[in-house]
Amino acid sequence: MTDAALPHATVTTGASTRRDFGLKRRHAAEFRFRLYGIVAIIIGLGFLAILLVSIVGKGYTAFVQTAITVPVEFSASIIDKDNERATNPRVLVSANYPIIARNAVAKALGVSTDDKAAMREIAKFVSDGSRSMLRDIVVADPSVIGTTRNVTLLAAADIDSANKGQIDLTVPQDKRKVSDLQVGWLEQLKQEGAISTPFNWGLITFGASSRPETAGLGVALVGSLYMMAIVLLCALPIGVAASIYLEEFAKKNRFTDFIEVNINNLAAVPSIVFGLLGLAVFINFFGMPRSAPIVGGLVLTLMTLPTIIIATRAALRSVPPSIRSAALGIGASKMQMVFDHVLPLATPGILTGTIIGLARALGETAPLLLIGMVAFVADRPTTPLDPATALPVQIYMWANEAERAFVERTSGAIIVLLLFLALMNLAAILLRRRFERRW
Amino acid sequence: MSAGWVVAIVLAIGAVAYFFAAQRARVQRDSTDRAKEVPHSLPTYHGWLAFIFATVPALLVFLVVSSVSSGLLEGRIRTEVATHIADPAAASLSIGMVHNTSNALGQLGLSGANVPASYAALRDMATSAGISLAESGEDYMVPLAASVNADAGVHKLIGQGLTLLLALAGAAFSYSRIRLRLRARNQVERVVLWSLLAASTVAVLTTVGIILSMLGETIHFFSDVNPLTFFFGTVWDPRFAAAGSGGSEGQFGLIPLLMGTLYIALVSMLFAVPVGLMAAVYMGEYASNRVRSTVKPLLELLAGIPTIVYGIFAVVTLGPFFRDLSAALAGGFSFIQAQSVLTAGIVMGVMLIPVVSSLSDDVITAVPRAMRDGSLALGATRSETIRKVILPAALPGIVGALLLTASRAIGETMIVVLAAGVAARINFNPFEAMTTITVKIVNQLTGDLEFNSPQTLVAFALGLTLFTLTLGMNVYALYIVRKYREQYE
Repeated sequence: MTDAALPHATVTTGASTRRDFGLKRRHAAEFRFRLYGIVAIIIGLGFLAILLVSIVGKGYTAFVQTAITVPVEFSASIIDKDNERATNPRVLVSANYPIIARNAVAKALGVSTDDKAAMREIAKFVSDGSRSMLRDIVVADPSVIGTTRNVTLLAAADIDSANKGQIDLTVPQDKRKVSDLQVGWLEQLKQEGAISTPFNWGLITFGASSRPETAGLGVALVGSLYMMAIVLLCALPIGVAASIYLEEFAKKNRFTDFIEVNINNLAAVPSIVFGLLGLAVFINFFGMPRSAPIVGGLVLTLMTLPTIIIATRAALRSVPPSIRSAALGIGASKMQMVFDHVLPLATPGILTGTIIGLARALGETAPLLLIGMVAFVADRPTTPLDPATALPVQIYMWANEAERAFVERTSGAIIVLLLFLALMNLAAILLRRRFERRW
Repeated sequence: MSAGWVVAIVLAIGAVAYFFAAQRARVQRDSTDRAKEVPHSLPTYHGWLAFIFATVPALLVFLVVSSVSSGLLEGRIRTEVATHIADPAAASLSIGMVHNTSNALGQLGLSGANVPASYAALRDMATSAGISLAESGEDYMVPLAASVNADAGVHKLIGQGLTLLLALAGAAFSYSRIRLRLRARNQVERVVLWSLLAASTVAVLTTVGIILSMLGETIHFFSDVNPLTFFFGTVWDPRFAAAGSGGSEGQFGLIPLLMGTLYIALVSMLFAVPVGLMAAVYMGEYASNRVRSTVKPLLELLAGIPTIVYGIFAVVTLGPFFRDLSAALAGGFSFIQAQSVLTAGIVMGVMLIPVVSSLSDDVITAVPRAMRDGSLALGATRSETIRKVILPAALPGIVGALLLTASRAIGETMIVVLAAGVAARINFNPFEAMTTITVKIVNQLTGDLEFNSPQTLVAFALGLTLFTLTLGMNVYALYIVRKYREQYE
């Protein structure tokens, strides 16, 4: 037996070497392949992390703003030296408020107001926005004239950057925007407790401004809000109606096919083409105003429509046929079946799709550039026909500004935009979790 | 009374009609013996029918009268201005001035004998009221604007009166028609069905609008510029045409823009396709459920980030990083510019990762289970199964998915506006700036440009080129995907 087994064994060994089709090599290839997959995922997630970290890291400081609290003397000799405010209220509006602000800061620093060079530096120390701030205080309550009050003034953008440690103080004085004198003042005021960094409400309330410290997203937020309202009011009814027709009533024919092909193609048309459409049709043909949220809203409506239609059709399709048969079986008409039974059951899905479409519309920039929403608008619009900007367009405009402080504001504005998007997507997810039904 | 008020009043009449009609139907229903006669429709349907009768014809008439009136007045201004100015370009400017004049008259509340005799006098009055008027207006514009205003007032009165009368008449008619056996539900449903159909044609109208508007402006553009020099020109130098300068000659060569567009799209695809495809394969074939359920939504976050954010990221972070990196590598000289094909391509590639991976995920999961199991049962490793069975089987679908992704890359605007630069040149160094079709559309249309100059109209020719290009790719991609899907169903 052993004799017989011996040659057999050698054969087996030979066969096993022959049958090993480079198993080691193949497993190594398998390992490498898996590794490529992991590397791909790491690249994707890595870029996501770098993107978010770089935006948040650059932008979070935009949410606080350096302010100087000093006793301001509302001297009557500067504001209203001829004492005519009772007869001519315009003197209160056109008075020389920057001087009052400068004098107040000079006094707090112990600088003589006759020192012209130092006063020039002080002029660059306080924001020009203090003009309108002091004016608003005086116009609201003229009795402050002649008294002295503690007022919190905004620091100029460069001083704000220096206070946040964004300016390299080791480079020579003439190569940076803040002078040693100003840095000294900043330290002096800090020790006196006059410098504070409150939450920057201006970022979300101010309108456009060429000075970073008084530039804000106020106009852009109102503009975006109007546009979202218009998109919701137009795209939701039209989209739902179109989906109901295509899903429940349309006969299978050439015309229906044509509509479906159109919707699928519109979903893939570059967004900038919708901007051209808006410019040619809404502005040039119908004569609607440029830069107005109504035009932006209509353009975004057309752009969002395919998204909403596709989501709504999926939601309608997921309602089981038994519901339809039951409604028809007890004598409902087809229209009653759709509007009273199918549509309510599909509502959560429709709303989820609508919110996602709105989120996409909120972040869209390119078509809005073409219809003139790149505008310098300082006053908040009261109606959708007034000029306005939009949140992403404001980001684009700030990105083109050269000053250091605008970089911070650009990233801050992006954080605001991303927060809105996150909230909308969260709402969509919660809606889906809460109301989703499995049939 | 403004248009908004008219619409509101008509809707209010409709609401009142709804209420009374429904009430009348209810009374009729309750006062008859059901054994003798059964009502056909519920009272609410009678109400809706009354609402439709009251509002729909009235609003349609209002729309027609308003548009006919503005067309008539526009025609009058046009012929009147043409008798004073022969040159059509100058005439369009004057037409605009007449419009402004009539607006100013309206705002100042001037009509009839109050209208000042000369344009200069009107301009002084307007300026003191805070309304700005162009300086170069002429005296004939003032009486013309005043008479246009007067006519507009008459038209408005006729339109509004007719609308309100029609609303009341419609409401009264449908109220008087209410009977037990009136087929109100069927009539309401027919109207609803028609409006559903109308809503679904909005998509078609949008496509038609895109094509017609862009085709119109493009033909206009080609009357100034030879199509051959546009499509085959290699120099892009449109010059600047400020409003009123008459427009100077420029060169509009599409080739440098097309090359830039395709080059940047190519770089982005070279980055996005391997990463996206491998991510999809790993998540579909290897990852545990737990990993998949966390990684997949995270990757999809990349698709939800607005493109402007990617653009800023390219400008503020990645571009300077590449520039400094190349400077460090080459010892001081930065051979990668801050705005370059590479930066734009990679950032766009990041944006496309989730697009590639979700599209190819769909395609890969559509490959029948049996093919995968068969390959594994023959002893192939998983990666061999993927590379030699699944990917070849899914190839047509993947090609379709890649075409769809490429059309996204070609139409992308904000990333290239910020990261690719504006220099239109033919150049194959990925470390230098190039520009794209979309960048030039934005450049040509932002700022105060005269609308009818070739410098602005070229944007529509570019837009039409872009639209045709992406449409072709999409249609072909959808065709491939559909054809492939049928194979396994």
